[in-house]
Amino acid sequence: MSENVQAATLSQVRSQVKKKKRKELWQKIYSNKAALAGLIILSIYALMLIFGPLLSPYDPYEIDLQNKLQGPTLDHLMGTDDKGRDILSRILYGSYLTLGVGFSAVLFGGSVGILLGLVAGYYGGKIDSIISRLIDVMLAFPGILLALAIVSALGTSLINVTIAVGFFSIPMFARIVRGSTMEVKKLEYIDAVRTLGANNVIILFRHILPNILSPIIIQASMRLATAILSAAGLSFLGLGAQPPSPEWGAMLSAGRDFLFNAPHMALFPGIMISFLVLGLNLLGDGLRDALDPRMKA
Amino acid sequence: MGEVQPILEVTNLKQYFYLKKEKLFGEKQIVRAVDDISFQLYEGETLSIVGESGCGKSTTGRSILRLDEPTDGSISLFGENLLEMTQKQLRVARKDIQIIFQDPYASLNPRRTIRQMLTEAMSIQDVVPKEKQEARMIELMQLVGLQPEYLERYPHEFSGGQRQRIGIARALSVNPKIIICDESVSALDVSIQAQILNLLKKLQKELGLTLLFISHDLSVVRHISDRVIVMYLGKIVEIANKKSLFDTPVHPYTRALFSAIPTVEKGQKRERIILKGDVPSPLNPPSGCRFHTRCPFATEQCKQQEPQLVEVKDGHKTACHYWENFL
Repeated sequence: MSENVQAATLSQVRSQVKKKKRKELWQKIYSNKAALAGLIILSIYALMLIFGPLLSPYDPYEIDLQNKLQGPTLDHLMGTDDKGRDILSRILYGSYLTLGVGFSAVLFGGSVGILLGLVAGYYGGKIDSIISRLIDVMLAFPGILLALAIVSALGTSLINVTIAVGFFSIPMFARIVRGSTMEVKKLEYIDAVRTLGANNVIILFRHILPNILSPIIIQASMRLATAILSAAGLSFLGLGAQPPSPEWGAMLSAGRDFLFNAPHMALFPGIMISFLVLGLNLLGDGLRDALDPRMKA
Repeated sequence: MGEVQPILEVTNLKQYFYLKKEKLFGEKQIVRAVDDISFQLYEGETLSIVGESGCGKSTTGRSILRLDEPTDGSISLFGENLLEMTQKQLRVARKDIQIIFQDPYASLNPRRTIRQMLTEAMSIQDVVPKEKQEARMIELMQLVGLQPEYLERYPHEFSGGQRQRIGIARALSVNPKIIICDESVSALDVSIQAQILNLLKKLQKELGLTLLFISHDLSVVRHISDRVIVMYLGKIVEIANKKSLFDTPVHPYTRALFSAIPTVEKGQKRERIILKGDVPSPLNPPSGCRFHTRCPFATEQCKQQEPQLVEVKDGHKTACHYWENFL
């Protein structure tokens, strides 16, 4: 009888504690002004991503040569480009391209890199030597050059840009994860779960990975920003998204030719990219502080 | 105790660590952390291993659990050699031997609540059916003297002593037969040490546990042990039951150690044996008896010939050529 009562109060305590933890996380982010700013910026981008096509006043592909190269007006809030297309609509439509490329690239590079880093750091020995040398080789190439080489080998398309940008993120993740893994695997709580009979998969993914999340989160937010910049850069060079596509880098590239008579054409996509990168960096830093239970004051 | 089968038997255990070569064609350097030791652990007893830091006592504990892969020897648990098991068999066998570590701050995963730790331990070894886990967790918490409400907390919310209790609860959650306490109380302050030691004693009595207690602290060892092993530089120098060892230590090293225990008794003048120099490096241990470089009674024979463990009187063994002189 008393055991049941105890179990009931215990589950109450449990749900209370869970609620409290969630509240604490929000308070943590909320009290960190920089992280909050990052969160707000990214929320705006997220809204744009979801509602962009609904909100855009014009068809992003509709050519209207009579109204070409117009500066910002009430009709066209961000002006029009060299073919008279509404830049605001194009930016709204293009958000999913730019964000999508960035996220997929980091997801791809991150998962491969984390896996390689975990395996290298945990098993050590020959496996570590092989993986580490591979990473060194990849790091020897300047990132954007490697991406250029991959895109020119695979052909120009946005998907190939994603693969290329993701590929050169692999060594960064692998290196950081390897180092942190080697540090954490020596700790006594890893020995403790091993004595309990846990297998390597449990040790790696349940005990090591959660404890090295902080550097991964920071790295991911930074890489996301870099990935978006690199993807935009490749599109700017004409290797990524192709002309009619409203990818922001490609729009920036198109605006380059009209910098003197219609600077708004390059300005607005540029601002969008910069704020996105800023927001990502701010939130990444804030999350690191909020997610680490040891850093609670 | 003579005819009883030991539950854990360590035979000729060697644990060498190979260092990286310093020069390209240099010789590989070997640290002989544990060099050919044998002992038995009997059910229900508390066996302590004492020695200076670096003598290989912790390494012995880790080797038994195969946390470091031993170089040679055999460790048999209920007659089965742990060192010959595959990883899979070992994972199951590990249920019977658990360890409580020295540093309560490093031995708990900071990202997991106490509930998660205990649930995981029980699920890995499948000792308690799912629906009974909750009750078992409450029972475990009470057993180690913690409130069941603490289950939802993270390790950083506890003090050192409480963390050590959590470590004990985790070890107990899989119903082990043997618990290795690797300097389990040395990181705690004295009043908490006593609490944890008494808790361990109580648990041992209630659950019929066998303890292998590794410590450098002689007063702690005296408080908790039934039998004591004294180690020096990777070798066992003396094994005896507590009374026999503390009353009549035979080996010069043991006697030196014991003469260093402070006493509060008035007027008792004890002969104090002061050892010269430091413990030699286990990289090139001295020839013959490893203690000869610091032993006040060393002779030429000690430098040449390694003494074997010989029985002094029932169960009291020592490794010294001249033990008869010290009785």
